[in-house]
Amino acid sequence: MNIIACVKQVPDTEAQIKVKADGSGIEEGQIKWVMNPYDEFGVEEALKLKEKNGGDVTIVCVGPARAMETIRTALAMGADKGVHICDPAFDNADAFVTANALAAVIKTLPHDVIFCGQRAIDDDSGQVGSMLAEALNVPQLTLVTKLEYAGSSVKVIRPIEGAQLSIETALPAVVTCQKGLNEPRYASLPGIMKAKKKPVDVKNAAAIGVATDAKAKVAKTIPPPARPPGKIICGDEPAQKAAELGRLLREEAKAI
Amino acid sequence: MAKGVMIVAEQRDGALRKISLELASTARKLADQTGDEVSAILLGAGIEGLAAELGKFGVDKVFVGDNAALEPYVTEAHAAVTAKVIKDNDPAIVLFGASVQGKDLSARVAAKLAGGLATDCTDVKVDGGNLVATRPMYAGKCFGEVVFSTSPAMASLRPNVFPAAENAKAGAVTKVDVAVDAPKSKVLEVQKDTSGKVDLTEANVIVSGGRGMKGPDEFKILEELADILKGTVGASRAAVDAGWRPQKDQVGQTGKVVSPNLYIACGISGAIQHLAGMSSSKCIVAINKDAEAPIFTKADYGVIDDLFKVVPELTAVCKKLVA
Repeated sequence: MNIIACVKQVPDTEAQIKVKADGSGIEEGQIKWVMNPYDEFGVEEALKLKEKNGGDVTIVCVGPARAMETIRTALAMGADKGVHICDPAFDNADAFVTANALAAVIKTLPHDVIFCGQRAIDDDSGQVGSMLAEALNVPQLTLVTKLEYAGSSVKVIRPIEGAQLSIETALPAVVTCQKGLNEPRYASLPGIMKAKKKPVDVKNAAAIGVATDAKAKVAKTIPPPARPPGKIICGDEPAQKAAELGRLLREEAKAI
Repeated sequence: MAKGVMIVAEQRDGALRKISLELASTARKLADQTGDEVSAILLGAGIEGLAAELGKFGVDKVFVGDNAALEPYVTEAHAAVTAKVIKDNDPAIVLFGASVQGKDLSARVAAKLAGGLATDCTDVKVDGGNLVATRPMYAGKCFGEVVFSTSPAMASLRPNVFPAAENAKAGAVTKVDVAVDAPKSKVLEVQKDTSGKVDLTEANVIVSGGRGMKGPDEFKILEELADILKGTVGASRAAVDAGWRPQKDQVGQTGKVVSPNLYIACGISGAIQHLAGMSSSKCIVAINKDAEAPIFTKADYGVIDDLFKVVPELTAVCKKLVA
């Protein structure tokens, strides 16, 4: 089985995000970088499929030089090799540019299943998986929480608002991963040692031959709107506080 | 020359979803600025009657694709028809819902059209004839103003943020060709949630519990409060990771990003990744006995006390208020 897992390096969820004074982006100085948590589910699922059915797992990543660390993390978890699409031209890439860059590389590799996180927790776009599927002209299964492989097809569970769908799709296909799919493993020490010797192919935009102009561009980054300071409800007894809270929610906030 | 605003309406089981009305009203506002038309795409089986309802909320013209092949929703079929209708009619702006279906569809359609798409927007405006879409990034730790270099400019709108207001227009039906290749995906089964609870992303009221709940059974008092307020129960990552609540209940950067009218956080300290997921709620209440908990920095109303005493009292108060 030829399995691809796409990964992105993002700020850790505990990171404070500070907007640059000129609105051109965020301050990166203090940030701890990690593998996008939803991509971890993709790498784990890829490894589980490989362990059960044989084959190999290739990690594909678009990102700056520091993203190599995330590729190595995936290799340390057990993936076999990596492709790092690395070029300053991708610094302002939108989902369309990223998806096409991934597709250009994946087209040159044998692929049965391609895993992506359902969204990256930095830009929160949630578009790359679907756009990649379109670029490869294959079906997409988004927000998957369970996957069963059956030779030439997969059966998945995907939750939607108020229901769960069971869907069957012919392979190859792109699967985007949601929390609940699995419990990503930690890299073992021998895994980390081995990962250092695994091959990672680094390619620039010219080598893969894709356009790098974003179709949707963040023109300005702004801090979230400030919330006015809140009120602490006073009272001697919980019952008194609850009554006052209820009154305020009804009369002032008009929320009840 | 691209002109007008088009929405991609969403229906389930023969009824329009609320987001469709929010899309229609928002599109109407944008189109009125330039004196343009609002059109809608509506796909499914046996759904032509819903066009009139879209008309009530400001849609001039509805492109209806009514065919058994379009029910239930399958990405490939819906994306092919949607992209074709957009191409044939050349709108300047296309709005989708940032629902599960809308996100799945919009990205595929945007890729087909090689166009720009802004996901999960909380504000859209027309500036100098061009769409500017504002959207939370890093789960709301900052916001981005997105501009587009392609036409149409496409955006998906976060449910529950944009008001739906009646503004009657024709809602005239135009049937569209729905000839599509057989999709490679097939929906085998739809398992409905019979609890009758609204999904967190669409709930008006959310009562959330964290580590301070101490265990799964204690969530019962939150269920009771949520029932009175016709709300849904959510949870912090700590509560979900402890196995007290299912994954679908998680609010935060690695769960659902929500914006209800009222968010009541009980026993949630307010880790930054949780605050990111709920700070766009209109009114936030925090109930926690730790006065130093970061959740109080986001709260409109804070109660520093034992939630196990306050919540049942609040339930009793609310019962009287809504009676």
